[in-house]
Amino acid sequence: MESRPPGLSGRTPITAAAAPESIRRASPRGAAFDPVFRGLCFGAATMLLSALGGIVVALLIGGWPAFRKFGFGFFTSVRWNPVTEVYGAAGPIAGTLITAFLSLLVALPIAFGVAVFLTEFCPSVLRRPIGVAVELLAGIPSIVYGMWGLFVFAPAFAKYVQLPLLLAAPPGSVWEAVVAGVPNGANILTASLILAIMILPYMAATLRELFLTVPPRVRESAYGVGATPLEVVGSVTLPYVRRSAIGAVMLGLGRALGETMAVTFVIGNSHGFPNSLFSSGSTIASTIANEFAEASSPMHSAALIALGLVLFLITFTVLALARALLGQRTPV
Amino acid sequence: MIFDRRGRRSIKAGLFVAFCIGSTAIALTALAAILMSLLVEGIGGLNLQVFTHSTPAPGSEGGLANAIVGSLMMCATAMLGAVVVGVLAGTWLAEYSADSHYAKVVRFMNDVLLSAPSILIGLFVYELVVAPTHGFSGWAGALALALLAAPVVTRTTEDVLKLQARTLRESGVALGAPLWTTIRQILWRAAGGGIITGALLAFARISGETAPLLFTSLGNQFFSLDMGQPIASLPGVIFNFALSAYDDWRRLAWVGAVLITAAVLAVNIFVRVLSREPRRS
Repeated sequence: MESRPPGLSGRTPITAAAAPESIRRASPRGAAFDPVFRGLCFGAATMLLSALGGIVVALLIGGWPAFRKFGFGFFTSVRWNPVTEVYGAAGPIAGTLITAFLSLLVALPIAFGVAVFLTEFCPSVLRRPIGVAVELLAGIPSIVYGMWGLFVFAPAFAKYVQLPLLLAAPPGSVWEAVVAGVPNGANILTASLILAIMILPYMAATLRELFLTVPPRVRESAYGVGATPLEVVGSVTLPYVRRSAIGAVMLGLGRALGETMAVTFVIGNSHGFPNSLFSSGSTIASTIANEFAEASSPMHSAALIALGLVLFLITFTVLALARALLGQRTPV
Repeated sequence: MIFDRRGRRSIKAGLFVAFCIGSTAIALTALAAILMSLLVEGIGGLNLQVFTHSTPAPGSEGGLANAIVGSLMMCATAMLGAVVVGVLAGTWLAEYSADSHYAKVVRFMNDVLLSAPSILIGLFVYELVVAPTHGFSGWAGALALALLAAPVVTRTTEDVLKLQARTLRESGVALGAPLWTTIRQILWRAAGGGIITGALLAFARISGETAPLLFTSLGNQFFSLDMGQPIASLPGVIFNFALSAYDDWRRLAWVGAVLITAAVLAVNIFVRVLSREPRRS
């Protein structure tokens, strides 16, 4: 069994002794490129990492003038005025957080319901078509959601929801304060609902994947002792995937925070602090999308880039938390 | 007493089932409503002129040819770059990294980049390319799109390579092939279907992206094949035309929305049909 390769031991192996020099010493063709290829792959991976680092550095450098000039007031002031060169970002920051949380509030129960339906109740014939349909909802570009929101959803919403609520509100009540606003359909709540429709399929798909990781044996044993579907989901499925499920929710939140086009169409784009559900507002992303290409002065650009950095820090925190909670069980 | 409790439990369970069915109905209704409006508003304006004429001045006849060509050029360039970088990076993560700390950092940051707001990618490319060269260009737009697509390709490449059997790698080593030959000739071939799926999904994603193009490729009213100049894109034209006050521009925006949705959904459905067959591995 002397099959040791030549040159390893220093002794001449018995079997290879008769082989001609050229065969014994032949190294595999192209072996010289092995380290080169490895280096290329390493370079590509490093490039992705440095892209993320580059985003932080670029936003920091670009936004620095605004941070230096306005200091902490940049985060607390609601005055955003390109004419007088005063920039306070409290309005867009609040708009971003409010719309994202409202959309989560609406989308989460529905996404949960869809995921449970697909894993527990759906007839197997319908399982694939409905699953695909929900995923298709995730594939529709955000600009199409924006157009649909602007031309179809917002007018209908203003006519059938906003106006009746406005008219029915008793003067001077809290109700009136909450629903105050121009009934044109372009407001914080419309934007949140459009966002909810957008993040719903992502969360539903991720939750469904998570529910499928629960071993059937565990679920079936719960059914076996007579638990109802509600009890199975509540006391077996959910506890099993709790950690990852929170991650899935954070992932949806991350998308809602950074969504640009759909929101830009329906939020009304005013810079003040939103003071009711039906007042128009803005988010960080919509402000940048609307103003950056026509920024009137270097300070205006700097303020917008500074806004971008704020958005980056918020989403990075949320997404990092989401990924950490989800571990490797994450969707693309 | 026992009957009461059982009754309450089954009522609760019934309500829960109803809630889940209702949720699914809401999601499906949303999809149907959006597709419906696209059909009603957009299909009527769909004709040959859309593909042969460039975007018009308000009140005159025109199409979307410049935007379609511009979008295709930028997406194709972006995908070329993204596939090269993504496949190599995914290969490094799956084959070479040996789960080092550095690999964990790269993987984590890639996942974050995967869902980072696309408008920030646009800002980054503006700072990196557009501001220093004092010019919006198709190249800048393509770079922004590539940055969005590369993480998707990286992630799917790593995932499908990790699915490949260990014996495949051993067979390459047994033949005396260098590692990079083994990867190219055996692993990439075995994982080819999965990598293509990932690339198609990335393509579907970037073809509808608007935000990163607003201040990189800017847009162009005229037909242009010059990637060094501002160039029109389909999502960009939809954005501008939909928010305009002109009816004929809005009609064209709907037509554009139909085209883009149809393309994206077609790719998505195609991928699902493709991946339904058992993967070669």
